[in-house]
Amino acid sequence: MTATLFECRNLTKFFPIRNLLREVGRVHAVEDVSLSIPEGGTVGLVGESGCGKTTLARTLLFLLEPTSGQVLFRGDDLGAYSKRQLRAFRRETAIVFQDPYSSLDPRMLVADVVGEPLAIHKVAFGEDRDNAVLELLERVGLKTEHLYRYPHEFSGGQRQRLAIARALAADPRFILLDEATSALDVSVQAKILNMLNELKAAFQLTYLFISHNLSVVRHLSDHIGVMYLGRMVEYGTRNQVFGDPTHPYTRGLLAAAPSLDPDDRDRPREVALEGEVPSAVDPPSGCRFHPRCPNRKPDCANVRPELVDTGGGHLVACVPK
Amino acid sequence: METSENLVVVDKLKTQFFTYGGVVEALDEVSFEIHRGEIFGLVGESGCGKSVTASSILGLVAKPGKVISGRILLDGEDLLMKNDHQMSQIRGSRIAMVFQDPTSSLNPLFRVGYQVAEPYIYHQRRRKRRAWADATEILAKTGLPDPKEKARSFPHELSGGMRQRAMIAMSLTCEPDLLIADEPTTNLDVTIERQILDLVKDLQREFGTSVLWITHDMTVVAQLCDRVGVMYAGNIVEKSDVRTLFRSPKHPYTVRLLRAIPSAVTSQEHLEEIPGTVPRLIQPPTGCRFHPRCDHTMPVCSEAKPTELEVEPSHTVACHLFGGTGRVT
Repeated sequence: MTATLFECRNLTKFFPIRNLLREVGRVHAVEDVSLSIPEGGTVGLVGESGCGKTTLARTLLFLLEPTSGQVLFRGDDLGAYSKRQLRAFRRETAIVFQDPYSSLDPRMLVADVVGEPLAIHKVAFGEDRDNAVLELLERVGLKTEHLYRYPHEFSGGQRQRLAIARALAADPRFILLDEATSALDVSVQAKILNMLNELKAAFQLTYLFISHNLSVVRHLSDHIGVMYLGRMVEYGTRNQVFGDPTHPYTRGLLAAAPSLDPDDRDRPREVALEGEVPSAVDPPSGCRFHPRCPNRKPDCANVRPELVDTGGGHLVACVPK
Repeated sequence: METSENLVVVDKLKTQFFTYGGVVEALDEVSFEIHRGEIFGLVGESGCGKSVTASSILGLVAKPGKVISGRILLDGEDLLMKNDHQMSQIRGSRIAMVFQDPTSSLNPLFRVGYQVAEPYIYHQRRRKRRAWADATEILAKTGLPDPKEKARSFPHELSGGMRQRAMIAMSLTCEPDLLIADEPTTNLDVTIERQILDLVKDLQREFGTSVLWITHDMTVVAQLCDRVGVMYAGNIVEKSDVRTLFRSPKHPYTVRLLRAIPSAVTSQEHLEEIPGTVPRLIQPPTGCRFHPRCDHTMPVCSEAKPTELEVEPSHTVACHLFGGTGRVT
């Protein structure tokens, strides 16, 4: 059993909706989620837009303060960290965002884009910094002559490589990949995914990988959490979640994922998800999925299902079996 | 060639953009045909010319772009011979379009119902009240819940999936012969994408419309299209009915592209990559545009452009591996 790097317990994040100064409602972005990320592992988070994947990840990194619940990093409560400790913590974590066109400052040279974390964390300056940047560029498959160029001179795939180099700069232990390959073409995506796997082994990294693309999550992750409207509905290893999807939402999501086999179109789908995700301001009572669930029982509107171990650490939050 | 089976024939279409950096050869003699009542997929990566093909058909190639040569026949009439006024009569009535981003293609200042009703008012000169009622009816057909109420909403009040349904409703108002859909499901979640794909299939059957479906996503092609053209750097490299393409892809680019897709069904540790990157289309590679990245390169590949060759019925490939003559570039 490897050590746990990140852990969150009963994490909840609400965003208040204010009308003038009065709070008129709350967006239930993440509610009562517990998750642990083992050191050296890759945890994937899947779910539709607005299900709280990104909010959960940002709360884990303490970029958002949780409404309630705890985040533990190597067993320490991040809420109790001093500013100084938080700064040290920031050095160990990094993020790669979805859109490499808006995540890189267009007015900074590559040397500064990639070297900035080194300066912020006072790791290297001047020539040392440039040398470190060159090494990073090489690692991510870019060339030495790219050092004094601007982001607009690069293609989408190359920009994402820059973003990854920047994330790696301060030698982090943990990288949050927030839809990091979603904006890329498949042939470029394949290269970036392979590179992420290589880098993970080379630098002993831990990843939290967020994506709405199930096949990409499956490819990269060893544990997968499925979220729906702020709650974790299923969690397990890759084979548990993809091989034996148990929650009706997971099954629906997998059934909806288009396959590469043209003959699949004529096969009747086991579960077709109808309707859309309800609003997180006023989420459904009981099980949040019950209005769309194909096998709902009368109780589902009243009872809130807890995550229950169905065997071997495969957690499912669904009452009827 | 122009049998009545084909609704659209695109013949050696060449579109170029005259930029300060040089001439971008965006489309290099692209030819394909769309049969009546079929969904034809055009698939390829960013910058391969999918969207330029669509705007060429619609006569909407913006400056500094220009259609240099070729023919685009709709029911035997060459669209490239039409003037602006004639084209604007055709757009929205005989050819309609659905774009990738429904948020930016709907006007935020007008109610959805009015925007859907507009083609009725413009093309069919219906009265406003009647057009609004018809718009509500067609919105209902696209499965929009509570269409009367939704017709009175503004675009920002609808979700992404609902907006795309409204866009589809708008495009179908005049029962077009051809619907061009440019990545309409790319911004949507898988479950919503699935609903939209099912909807398009149903409506296409009901209206008998032909569809040109542009996408970068091979899985969408597999689940939706009848026939498909694979584009690479301004060329169609392979054209086939869908089942044949996925069963036996022939062009080295298609083969590698299909292998680069991670699968949700089986897992593998390492994805196959295509070496190199998509070339710039200012002074593209000579001969076959894929040859610098291909692992079957022969001397002829950099010298002559491969011509389309029928390798089996309804399956053509433009690659020297399969013989054929080729034309010198």
